[in-house]
Amino acid sequence: MKYQEENGKAVNIIIQSNSTATGQDLKQDQKREALVGLIRAVPIILGYLPIGLAFGVLASTAGLSVYSAAAMSVFVFAGSAQLISVGLISAGASVFAITLTVFLVNLRHLLMSAALAPYLRELKAWQQVLFSYQLTDESFAVHSTYFRKSGTPSFTQLFALNLSAQLAWVTGTVIGAWLGGQLAFNTEVYGIDFALPAMFIALLVMQIEKIRHVYIALLAAALGLCFYLLGFSQLYIILATVIAATCGTLIDKNKSNREIN
Amino acid sequence: MKNIALLIILMALVTFIPRVLPILLLSRRELPDSFTIWLSYVPVAVLAALLAPELFAPGDTVNFAFEANPAFWVAIPVFTVAYFTRNLFATVLAGMVLLALLRLFLL
Repeated sequence: MKYQEENGKAVNIIIQSNSTATGQDLKQDQKREALVGLIRAVPIILGYLPIGLAFGVLASTAGLSVYSAAAMSVFVFAGSAQLISVGLISAGASVFAITLTVFLVNLRHLLMSAALAPYLRELKAWQQVLFSYQLTDESFAVHSTYFRKSGTPSFTQLFALNLSAQLAWVTGTVIGAWLGGQLAFNTEVYGIDFALPAMFIALLVMQIEKIRHVYIALLAAALGLCFYLLGFSQLYIILATVIAATCGTLIDKNKSNREIN
Repeated sequence: MKNIALLIILMALVTFIPRVLPILLLSRRELPDSFTIWLSYVPVAVLAALLAPELFAPGDTVNFAFEANPAFWVAIPVFTVAYFTRNLFATVLAGMVLLALLRLFLL
């Protein structure tokens, strides 16, 4: 018997109507969901451990203690923003300048959050808040691929996936910050620096369902590259995404209008 | 950096706000059709825009030289693996192994 829904009411009704279902079954089911979340997080973990490690090393080089680096990974949990911030700390930037840069870097999450929102309407508000807090590029890519194909899984599975990913990130950070200064660490060894790009490639390919997705992806890539090279190093993702997605929508509308007429 | 605690708090805020607002505001209402279509293009667009500079312009200049940008050349077989396996783990592993082999034997 399956309890895919987290909705307490529905579960209670099922339990009352079925005398064989016990609290034990429910617990078992939660455990299985958590395990599925952990397994689905493995590719993210593979990418986060080395990058977290690199962040930890850089943070310690920038003068942050192990505690500060770990606190940043716990409370901020944003790979690119954290890496940029330690670069700015090393360069002696002000708190205000760093905060503003981090804000600009993170604006792309507005789009990711908006894209996932329709799939999260069954969650309670506190679950949505917790989910959002752990929303990263990587978890976004994994979730959006899954939501589109299989719908929204239980909150237990979502949270287990996100938490496993964040634990990998914090663990990498702590090890890196601890090692930092003691030895020079190079993530280019063994190709671990390619873990995240490879993951984005896989997730991009999995998002493609029709030929129009390929065109929009190519357009976004070209625009992203241009804006990046033009010096919009904080905003290139947002600019490219907004223009490319708008083009996709216009083509869709145009096509459906022609089909009607 | 003296104000590291303050910095972490501010960074946490400006990271959390863009992540939480759309989910809280948009998840409980019916969205107009064209906005839903627009949102359906966001994942492919965001991932492609994120990837392009990493694969084409490492170090801020477009470079396809084998030595300077092995990631681009590894990306080609990795796209193929992703297309045929449709498997995240297999793709990540293939990418890491291919780049490692390339660095070991050819660079």
